[in-house]
Amino acid sequence: MSSAFLGFPTPPPRAPYATGHLRGDQSFPEAAHTALDDTQQRRNLGKATATIRGKRDQVADELPDWEELRSAGSALKADVLARLPELLERFEREVTERGGVVHWARDADEANEIVTRLVADKDSDEVLKVKSMATQEIGLNEHLGSAGISPVETDLAELIVQLGADRPSHILVPAIHRNRAEIRDIFLREMPGVDPNLDDDPVRLAEEARKYLRSKFMSTRVAISGANFGVADTGTLSVVESEGNGRMCLTMPETLITVMGIEKLVPSFTDLEVFLQLLPRSSTGERMNPYTSMWTGVTEGDGPEEFHLVLLDNGRSATLADGVGREALQCIRCSACLNVCPVYERTGGKAYGSTYPGPIGAVLTPQLAGMHESRDDPNASLPYASSLCGACYDVCPVKIDIPSLLVELRHQHVEQSRYTAEAAMMRASSLAMSSAKRFTKAQRASRLGRVLGGADGRISALPPPLNAWTSARDLPAPPKRTFREWWDSEDGREAVRAARREAERGES
Amino acid sequence: MRVALFATCLGDTLFPEAVKATAVLLTRLGQEVVFPPGQTCCGQMHVNTGYQADALPLVRNYTADFADESIDAVVAPSGSCVGSIRHQHEIVAERYGDRSLRERVERAGAKTYELSEFLVDVLGVTDVGARFPHRVTYHPTCHSLRMLRVGDKPLRLLEQVREIDLVELPRAEECCGFGGTFALKNSETSTAMLSDKMRAVTTTGAEFCSAGDSSCLMHIGGGLSRLRTGTGTVHLAEILASTEQRFRSEEEVSA
Amino acid sequence: MNARDVVLGRVRDALAAAPPEPVTVPREYRGGRESSGEQRLELLVDRLGEYRADVYRCSVAETASTVAEALGDARLVAVPGGLDASWTEEFTGRVEVDSAESPVRWLEDVDGVVTSSAVTCAETGTVFLDAAGDQGRRALTLVPDLHVCVVDLSSVVLGVPEAVGRLDPVRPTTMISGPSATSDIELDRVEGVHGPRTLRVVVRVDG
Repeated sequence: MSSAFLGFPTPPPRAPYATGHLRGDQSFPEAAHTALDDTQQRRNLGKATATIRGKRDQVADELPDWEELRSAGSALKADVLARLPELLERFEREVTERGGVVHWARDADEANEIVTRLVADKDSDEVLKVKSMATQEIGLNEHLGSAGISPVETDLAELIVQLGADRPSHILVPAIHRNRAEIRDIFLREMPGVDPNLDDDPVRLAEEARKYLRSKFMSTRVAISGANFGVADTGTLSVVESEGNGRMCLTMPETLITVMGIEKLVPSFTDLEVFLQLLPRSSTGERMNPYTSMWTGVTEGDGPEEFHLVLLDNGRSATLADGVGREALQCIRCSACLNVCPVYERTGGKAYGSTYPGPIGAVLTPQLAGMHESRDDPNASLPYASSLCGACYDVCPVKIDIPSLLVELRHQHVEQSRYTAEAAMMRASSLAMSSAKRFTKAQRASRLGRVLGGADGRISALPPPLNAWTSARDLPAPPKRTFREWWDSEDGREAVRAARREAERGES
Repeated sequence: MRVALFATCLGDTLFPEAVKATAVLLTRLGQEVVFPPGQTCCGQMHVNTGYQADALPLVRNYTADFADESIDAVVAPSGSCVGSIRHQHEIVAERYGDRSLRERVERAGAKTYELSEFLVDVLGVTDVGARFPHRVTYHPTCHSLRMLRVGDKPLRLLEQVREIDLVELPRAEECCGFGGTFALKNSETSTAMLSDKMRAVTTTGAEFCSAGDSSCLMHIGGGLSRLRTGTGTVHLAEILASTEQRFRSEEEVSA
Repeated sequence: MNARDVVLGRVRDALAAAPPEPVTVPREYRGGRESSGEQRLELLVDRLGEYRADVYRCSVAETASTVAEALGDARLVAVPGGLDASWTEEFTGRVEVDSAESPVRWLEDVDGVVTSSAVTCAETGTVFLDAAGDQGRRALTLVPDLHVCVVDLSSVVLGVPEAVGRLDPVRPTTMISGPSATSDIELDRVEGVHGPRTLRVVVRVDG
């Protein structure tokens, strides 16, 4: 148990183990093994992440106050977390006063039930969906499906994923792992009324999606969205998008249901001036995304007549209870960290097994849903799915120190784990290196490794677990003398004396 | 200045040439170099793998030697070990240590430098009088770059080296895939990253890939060696310590 | 206990377990900037161009002729009830006034729409609509394929903070930066998915 819970009787519960999409069915290395062999996906991801990295760098660099915006964004989200109870109550009051109905959901199961009941009350067997991480997280589509309600994803990428019976692989562009030829095949196979002569031109593909969805926008009576921001002091909600499917869903149906994580607040309306600069530049690499919608409750004669807001916990309060790990709740889901991550670029998002992939997913998922060591939980492998290179921290618009959080979660995981062979090795090496006397003894023992080296001093095969190294890399055989032996030898002393003479010559 | 050398466990045991080079270079630049013999390891591997409790004796051992007031500065030829000392020791001390350990951690951390930082920021030199007549490409390493923010200091040092043919590494700032125990726990992803790094290195046509960290070089070099690419690795310190007579030859002759 | 009290209780407990430091938000980013009309115009035109929105510059006196030009060969045009009727005087097609009572479906038969705007941000090329009488309900600027939006230079501000400061949070607000677009297929930008495929901005330089 982490020391953060000392003196704390019952820590808030994590998200339910089996509901929603916060856990894969394989550990990260197992899932990565498959992903690394997918040549098509490797190529698609390499191209896409390089493109978007370039665009982000350009539009972030052009703002002379980018760092000041990051500092403000980071502090604003930290402030939200520090004052979350009062801000949530204020937000609830404002939404209610403007005609919205606020529901609270302890977890994914409860949120799914609330939304399904609201849809069923409208006698709707089809609902429109705006791309939303929260509803993906709780597995809302599956739950609606089991109640006989068809959810229709309206974001192009989500539609590609849904029609392809696939899983999203990126926060912003969920079908990033697919290329145009694959998308054409999916449309031809799955889209009702598609033009049989469809080619793979992105313009034609987008046109087909427009045609297919337009009639649904005109006739469907209920839509479900997520929220990018909820403004505590005004009750305003905001959805940031590109295609106009969001505007359609937020405007056309009679009933709108928004599912929002409790951490997505910003303190005041003015604070949007910070996030509306940080988010688009960090996520799509644009100065501004094509469309942003903001609404407060309901407005007569404009948009839905009924507005329901579902505030979701699902492990967020458990994350908040960790004074270190809570920083992950500052995330505004821009996905910049995915695009710069060398691990993500090669494995893709599905290897993380969660709605939240990449570096932020590796710290957020285990906190929301736990790392249940006793169940051999795949989530326990996520904090290790990083080389700690730090590229994610540099681009994060709200300055989440992801590498430090990964290190913290590794610590927590080790604390929760049973005593393993690895732990024994770590303990032994710690003991061996806790004094120079023991260390030099170990160094002498390691020199026995010289016999493993061939005539050229290369070690090419080692026993487990070090065979994971020698599967692809040589290791030099240990040298004849350690540094400290050389330092204490006559050659070492002579080398230093010679260097000192050079220094003196240089001075004179 | 009285400069204590921190050899690092890897440097002391497996890659002594980089440490020797650091000792000779600093001495040649007029520093009084000492090697506190009680030193062992910074504990980075333990912290980064989640074993902070096991890192505690190592943090304690580091400060026992290096917090001492007789030492003006500590220099290590490793960006990642210095990163761990400056950024992670306080986490361990905060969690497991007492006040006196926290104080020693702060004192030792504040005067610990990576080699290029010490040369450029503290000694104020970029031309260390080196000569290295080879084609070299430089990998900046993640912890030097993003934890220590050494920036272009290593390159400024290399640019002054006589007869060096310094070629730019494509996608230089991307991780080589080492990441400590990451290379074992996620060895296939690590290898995928390594293969791209190796491709970048070999396209430069360099004889040597250089870096300021023996651990990254062990990784890149291990891959280059396995594939018999004909490209070697050399630590930044070894280049900077090379003069008319190749530094390495001293050891070869005496051994 | 109901879910509301449970969740709020958990959040309070979580903060009690590890009390956070009070936060002071640094506001050193740029805001409240003054700028010349020329500067804003140049920046806005540049940014709109990058989004592939068409830009028309005119004077207030030239509004009707410019709007007619921007409407091109549209035949049926919808306008919000509060729009200055003189703006569409030179348009030769049919002009219908939209109202909250008309079913949204009628907008599917409309070729284009003309509206005013609330505020515009030059640095990002973003037009803000706030559903005022001269901008209409949100569906009006969403369903038809062509949106002609009239922007007075006096309502153009330099950056995002300056624009947000002019908004009324209670009004349903739509921020528009160029036509509808997607980059979901290999990150190739395609214009016109669900919203208007064509955005034409008429900037009245003396307005």
